[in-house]
Amino acid sequence: MALTISDLRSKRQVGDRVFRSATLAGGAAILLILALIAYTITNKSTLIFRTAGLDFFTEKRWAPSADKPVFGALSFIFGTAVTATIAIVLAVPVSLGLALFTTQVAPKWLKKPLVALTDMVAVVPSVVFGLWGIIYLAPKLIGFFKNMHNWFGDWPILGSLFGKASAGRTFMTAGLILAVMITPIITSIAREVIETTPQTDCDGALALGATRWEMITGAVIPHSAGGTVGGVMLGLGRAMGETIAAALVIGSSPTITANLFSAGDSLPSVIAFQWGEATSAEKRSALIAMGLTLFVLTLLVNFAATAVVSRAMRRMQGAS
Amino acid sequence: MTAVLETPPAPSPSEALLADLAGVSGRRKLKNLVMTILMGASLVVILIVIVLVLVTVIGKGWSIVASSFPDWFTTDIPLSPRRPGPGMKAAIIGTIVTTVTATAIAVPLGIAGAVYLNEYGKQNVFARILRFFTSVMAGVPSIVMGLFIYVFWVVPRGTDGLNGFSGALALACLMLPIIVRSTEEMLKLVPQNLRDASYALGATSSRTTLTVVIPKASPGIISGALLAIARAAGETAPLIFTIGAAKASNWNPFSGTNTSLSLQIYANAKESFANANERAWGSALTLITLAVLFTIAARILSARISRGSAS
Repeated sequence: MALTISDLRSKRQVGDRVFRSATLAGGAAILLILALIAYTITNKSTLIFRTAGLDFFTEKRWAPSADKPVFGALSFIFGTAVTATIAIVLAVPVSLGLALFTTQVAPKWLKKPLVALTDMVAVVPSVVFGLWGIIYLAPKLIGFFKNMHNWFGDWPILGSLFGKASAGRTFMTAGLILAVMITPIITSIAREVIETTPQTDCDGALALGATRWEMITGAVIPHSAGGTVGGVMLGLGRAMGETIAAALVIGSSPTITANLFSAGDSLPSVIAFQWGEATSAEKRSALIAMGLTLFVLTLLVNFAATAVVSRAMRRMQGAS
Repeated sequence: MTAVLETPPAPSPSEALLADLAGVSGRRKLKNLVMTILMGASLVVILIVIVLVLVTVIGKGWSIVASSFPDWFTTDIPLSPRRPGPGMKAAIIGTIVTTVTATAIAVPLGIAGAVYLNEYGKQNVFARILRFFTSVMAGVPSIVMGLFIYVFWVVPRGTDGLNGFSGALALACLMLPIIVRSTEEMLKLVPQNLRDASYALGATSSRTTLTVVIPKASPGIISGALLAIARAAGETAPLIFTIGAAKASNWNPFSGTNTSLSLQIYANAKESFANANERAWGSALTLITLAVLFTIAARILSARISRGSAS
């Protein structure tokens, strides 16, 4: 029973094919999970869409335990948009400043510690930021909010944004915490794309007599703008979906107001906060439908961000 | 100027040119200075935040962990949040059980997926689609993963479904895309001529991958996996729906409710009792320390493996 060479070959080929299929299955698991998420969550949301219809998205009231319960997601969608916007407005300048400082200004020996510092912010679990926000930061912020209201309360637009502050747990507090949490994401992507700027471009700008800042605006920013925009969008997706930190500091009272110093609520936060009390099938379905809304919103943002980042990366690799 | 010529690929632009501001108008100089200061200010902002967070966590956490030293790690969680005293054994065990189980699910799957992308699929249409959706999946909010596992896995099993394994499934969904992406990056770095040499010796592609490519890339793969593990260990949202709310320790992932450090931080931070808040700070310190220990252990491990494969 000696094995011939062709026997051996076919045996090995079978092993190879099995291995290849196994790796393919590993990859396909991702597509399968995404498809299952979409299917199962949509499936469980149908109950609320059948009773509330599309009014679910336009209804402001959220009264799950009333005699005639009302389930409206609008104030939570509003809160998600507001907190994510605050986070982006606060995090983008800091992240870009940090990325530019690390790559363009800091001396070489300082670079690694700076990168490590940014990564350290990313390592702190979101619930720890939430804990810090609710017990340490929020009580300290009340005074700050009151001052801002006193200073800017009479100004045309700022006046309505910086309204009366009643507590430390507000849209603004949640936005602040979210800003801290998305800063490392935006910074690391911005740093990566900035570093692909060809050295010759920078040297050329400097040789023409540009100062460092003119070199940055003339050579670095035009080159890295596309990728950085993608990084900001990834940060936006993260800010929209971040749950626990926001749930702890947002105040958990669904509100639609221009006043950023008012307590509010957001999609992920209400799901986490009210899940334990959600005993009726309708309320569970409403909370899952909010999860579906969040899933679709972040999916859209991430689709766009991934496309932008990968296109920018391809273009830059082609250019250098 | 010679300094420029000597080091052409220097990452920072020539210091000589930057320092030479002769003939630059005052306004431009001022703008340059202001902008440089603003860039430095963003560093100061982030530095202040991270120092404040760490100092508060270490300061407040240390006082409860140290004042009840062995008890913190050896007694279960008090049944009432009002009651003072230590005990996070159940949460520490829960974090270990769920994270280890999640790792056992996500790491093999993720490495397999990355091997397909880099060794077989390369640039074909399916591989490109897969790469795109991996990035998209990395951005799916963790709470959605929790809802998904609740609906898909916990509901069909009723109350028995609330256990460590369900939580681990949700965490694994979170880790999978991170591991695929970091592993593919590491496989890309393995030189092609190593694969060619292996094929020339008559090895099949599966043998080449298993005995040449993966061992060569393993330090990078391990450190990527560790990043994912650290992220998973700190996650709270996916566990709210999936592992229940136990107060007693449970090593068995497949039966009985469980808890975790992150869940305990969340639950105790919401309480208005000072005793509960104290336990939240202690849990936060424990969680951060655990993550740091994980990372250090991994660094040592990956250094040892890379030494082994080099010799």
